[in-house]
Amino acid sequence: MARVVVDVMLKSEILDPQGKAVERAAQRLGYSTIASVRQGKRFELEIDGPVDDAALARIRELAQSLLANTVIEDFTVRVEDN
Amino acid sequence: MSSRIGVVTFPGSLDDRDAQRAIAIAGGEPVALWHGTTNLSGIDAVVLPGGFSYGDYLRAGAIARFSPIMSSVIDAAKSGMPVFGICNGFQVLCESHLLPGALTRNDHLHFICRDQKLRIENTTSAFTSGFDTNQEIVIPLKNGEGSYIADERTLDELEATGRIIARYVDVNPNGSRRDIAGITNEAGNVVGLMPHPEHAVEAGFGPSLDGLAFFTSVLSTLVNAS
Repeated sequence: MARVVVDVMLKSEILDPQGKAVERAAQRLGYSTIASVRQGKRFELEIDGPVDDAALARIRELAQSLLANTVIEDFTVRVEDN
Repeated sequence: MSSRIGVVTFPGSLDDRDAQRAIAIAGGEPVALWHGTTNLSGIDAVVLPGGFSYGDYLRAGAIARFSPIMSSVIDAAKSGMPVFGICNGFQVLCESHLLPGALTRNDHLHFICRDQKLRIENTTSAFTSGFDTNQEIVIPLKNGEGSYIADERTLDELEATGRIIARYVDVNPNGSRRDIAGITNEAGNVVGLMPHPEHAVEAGFGPSLDGLAFFTSVLSTLVNAS
């Protein structure tokens, strides 16, 4: 069964308070070279049948309507090798 | 005959009963609506209440937006039915694209619960017609994801067309752009508000009775339209 991964990230111009909190914690722990942290979401979709262009188009449709809110978020879709 | 105003209960809604109570106190007939039906039961207007529909999983309001009742609510809103989204309901309206922009996590990450001063700037929408222009009110605010965000062009357009119905006064509690607490659509029938008017409608409970005018406004709107 093929796996398709959808990554969703807040757009770069949108403030990410959760990422900022993680960033501050990392610096407090001494990871001084970590300059910035942004937090996102990863969805792993197990797909029945072939992952062809039509299947990927359907997944992009789902990402656009449900998995991401494109007002504030960007997403990427990729097929993961087994 | 009093107007029938539906209140949708999603799994995780918290303030549906308070919204029903506010409608009754205002003189309307509250009608409980279940998220799993598409039947609007002959209502004249609808309230999407506060709470944590579907546990706020994915994004606040994102899963509720695809519940069966919302397909009917979206159709009704587009044909002019008054729709009022409070807090989580506001998030559902943004996710449904009935209102522009989005509500994101408070900039300071804390959940805020306080009595909040607001200025009512639009007195023509279905839910704010009973206020005086620039009237200041105090009602409860309680949210973790109440920071209103839209691109600059959308914000400019909201300002230019008078669609910001209420702004935070004295303190911006969550990082909302331009102190926005609530907005309306172009037609004025769909209104979203982050603070909670339904908790300020009865003497002895809440900081004021200022919330009642949102509910009496829509009852007047419906009477004038009929």
